[in-house]
Amino acid sequence: MANFIDRRLNAKGKSTVNRQRFIERYKKQIKKSVSEAVTRRSVTDIDKGEKISIPTRDISEPIFHQGQGGIRERVHPGNDQFNQGDQIERPKGGGAGEGSGEGEASNTGEGKDEFLFEISNDEYLELLFEDLALPDLQQTNAKQMVEFETYRAGFTNVGVPANINIVRSLRSSHARRIAMTAGKKKQLAELKSKLNELENTPGTQAEIIMDLKQQIEDLQKKIDSVPFIDSFDLRFNNFAKREKPSSQAVMFCLMDVSGSMDQATKDMAKRFYILLYLFLTQTYKNLEVVYIRHHTQAKEVDEHEFFYSQETGGTIVSSALNLMHEIQQERYPADEWNIYAAQASDGDNWADDSPACRQLLAEKILPVSRYFSYIEITRRAHQTLWREYEALQEQFGNIAVQHIKEVNDIYPVFRELFKKQPS
Amino acid sequence: MTTTNNHFTEADSVKKQPLDDGPDWSFSLLETYMEEIEKVAAFYKLDSYPNQIEVITAEQMMDAYAGIGMPIGYTHWSFGKRFIETEQGYRRGQMGLAYEIVINSDPCIAYLMEENTITMQALVMAHASFGHNSFFKNNYLFKTWTDASSIIDYLVFAKNYIHECELKFGVEQVELTLDSCHALMNYGVDRYKRPAEVSFKEEKMRQKDRESYLQSQVNDLWRTVPKNRDEQKHNQQVNFPNEPQENILYFIEKNAPLLEPWQREIVRIVRKMAQYFYPQKQTQVMNEGWATFWHYTILNHMFDEGTVTDRFMLEFLQSHTGVVAQPAYNSPYYSGINPYALGFNMFVDIRRICENPTEEDKKWFPDIAGSDWLTTVTFAMENFKDESFISQYLSPKIIRDFKLFSILDDDSCNKLSVSAIHDDRGYHLIREKLSQQYNLSNIEPNIQVQRVDINGDRSLTLRYVPNKRIPLGGSNEEVLKHLHRLWGFDISLEQVDASGKIIKLSQCPPPSEDSKMTTL
Repeated sequence: MANFIDRRLNAKGKSTVNRQRFIERYKKQIKKSVSEAVTRRSVTDIDKGEKISIPTRDISEPIFHQGQGGIRERVHPGNDQFNQGDQIERPKGGGAGEGSGEGEASNTGEGKDEFLFEISNDEYLELLFEDLALPDLQQTNAKQMVEFETYRAGFTNVGVPANINIVRSLRSSHARRIAMTAGKKKQLAELKSKLNELENTPGTQAEIIMDLKQQIEDLQKKIDSVPFIDSFDLRFNNFAKREKPSSQAVMFCLMDVSGSMDQATKDMAKRFYILLYLFLTQTYKNLEVVYIRHHTQAKEVDEHEFFYSQETGGTIVSSALNLMHEIQQERYPADEWNIYAAQASDGDNWADDSPACRQLLAEKILPVSRYFSYIEITRRAHQTLWREYEALQEQFGNIAVQHIKEVNDIYPVFRELFKKQPS
Repeated sequence: MTTTNNHFTEADSVKKQPLDDGPDWSFSLLETYMEEIEKVAAFYKLDSYPNQIEVITAEQMMDAYAGIGMPIGYTHWSFGKRFIETEQGYRRGQMGLAYEIVINSDPCIAYLMEENTITMQALVMAHASFGHNSFFKNNYLFKTWTDASSIIDYLVFAKNYIHECELKFGVEQVELTLDSCHALMNYGVDRYKRPAEVSFKEEKMRQKDRESYLQSQVNDLWRTVPKNRDEQKHNQQVNFPNEPQENILYFIEKNAPLLEPWQREIVRIVRKMAQYFYPQKQTQVMNEGWATFWHYTILNHMFDEGTVTDRFMLEFLQSHTGVVAQPAYNSPYYSGINPYALGFNMFVDIRRICENPTEEDKKWFPDIAGSDWLTTVTFAMENFKDESFISQYLSPKIIRDFKLFSILDDDSCNKLSVSAIHDDRGYHLIREKLSQQYNLSNIEPNIQVQRVDINGDRSLTLRYVPNKRIPLGGSNEEVLKHLHRLWGFDISLEQVDASGKIIKLSQCPPPSEDSKMTTL
């Protein structure tokens, strides 16, 4: 008789270790795939895993196998038209069954070119932020705006009348009354029964009865003098306040879209925004993103237009800062929202405008912002804007200015921007 | 549909109450079915190992898949890759999971998937626990090459050993060694010679297993203490190895000069795995054909007995038909000959030849026409592998039924030509060609260790002997890198063509400029 075993409850995921080994081994390729995905994904779309594709040749396990050519003879089923001696054109490419040997086709790179699979959201973020040590950042992030909330914190003996807790107050009054009168009541009962006895006994002296009556009266007075409620009994509901980090934040993405910004530069900026977004979502429950692009004029746009439309013309940075300030004033009051801004530019600006930017930042924007980061993506020498911002950096603690030359610089720069700040 | 064994029907079907046909199953129902199947199997004298049936979930089935069907596997990234592939394929619905996986072990372990209906479970039990099981136990290749009673123990040993190595020498080192061994896994068996008798082999194994002994042998070969001149002269003339060695992994294990003892053991483990799977590679058609033939025969027998219902039979036949379907060469589903279809039809055909031979059969198969079918199919199962089975038993009827035709692809001609079709002139040729198609030595390149320069730079030379001018595929340089890692000294690969001319194909490390640095 066969032996039946139910293995369904055994641990599944016997292959988990092997899967991790695989990911570990191809980390380089997977990371490449992940960083390509960054460009493809929307800034705010970070909640799902990512499809990864690795070129099959990179992960193939080489074996000795036969190549194309030579003389082969293969038998196929389903003959519907051929006779012995028929000549057939050689099919181009991988004709049916003309692969190199049984079951080896995929190993020889004839099959799929890409090995596709999915990694989970966690794996994705982990790979994306691997160099960034995000967990550290979570604890040391920039200052947050603080809100207070009131919450019940038990009961106290002091408080305002409005907060009296009636049930508890009466309960303690009751207890106090019992405690203070119990002995006397017992005594009283004894005296009363004695008096009763004496009154029914003939020949009792009137003085003794009078004395007893007097005692009873005194006791009764004492009992009656215990107050029904005393300030000692009062219990008040206690309310306390605690700090609550504000859970809403707004992130302004400012970008120069003038002719001098090419798509590669924008893609770099986009990664930076994604990083910032991810970083902020770790801290804030409700995060809004406002995209402002500008050339000589600024405009609030949606994400797609932000990254993928090309404009020509000059550059006036202050237009974007102005617009940001207006939007902030109107929709995101500083006492309710944590305000973050990230500006990306190639450093071009109309030279006369740079001092205006500085002034705008110093007077209107920086005082209400948690953090303002400016990244300059360029290989050229810095221009006026950079110098103005640098000057601001000395004056304010919540502005950071960094220079990015190529994609690889983004992580280090981001890390630099959000490194632990001396509080 | 053809029902078998009609002579049983009348008497039994009347009184018998058929078994519950589900579709849900329970363990007690599985046991009832198993008992019935076992009775029928005993009736047909199927000789098998005891059965162990494990019910698992789809996810666990994917795990089992990834471990190439081994119940216990050592850790390696390539299994992870296989798992991811399986998982992706399954999720996208590109492929269904196999209904069953069966392990060649004693007791024979078969996995049933939780979500199958009772009909499918019965099919799988008949297929795996009696079909495959009896094949494993009785086919000569499995008997010579595998030891069902010890495989599970060996797998446990291998897993633990490799884990210990990882702890001692680091995951990376172990992984590198395994990668290299896997690259040469197909060259870890003796293809052209039979292994020695099992008892002798076991004796020898035990002896050789001792690492110190192994190492001392290697040390002896690579002795660098100067010998007297006569001996040296003598040595230089001797070729090493004396004869070309086809089992490259074995050669490495015994002779590689720089391997650590633990690496030798890993080479050995991979070699053992290769050996364990070797018979399966050579008996795909027969093994699947045999198992399919038996699930078909057993379940039909049960139907004739009235043990199973019509509904059960319809569901069974539908899935059976899917299993043995053979798409034609021009169908989008065509991917070569379906081993289930070919094997099943051949066994059914052998039975037909025994029971109802035609004139043609009598001419083609004088020995078996009219003989006892059970003896004949059992003999066929026991004594052949795919290649010889086809060349022995492929009948003209099967060739006609499958409409087989043979295409000759000679790269020196512009066009392909049809060398044979399913007609009188073609039967023999098709039979021969199809048989050759299953000859592993035609599929896997013939590469052997040709010589080792033991007194010089210790370089190792492999020789490729092409079959029908078929060149070696492009990945050979990668494989040489792996071999180089194991051997530790230069590796070169040469090819000898039909005229006996020797060409150097590749070298590892690749020849650098003019300076030939040997770092000894």
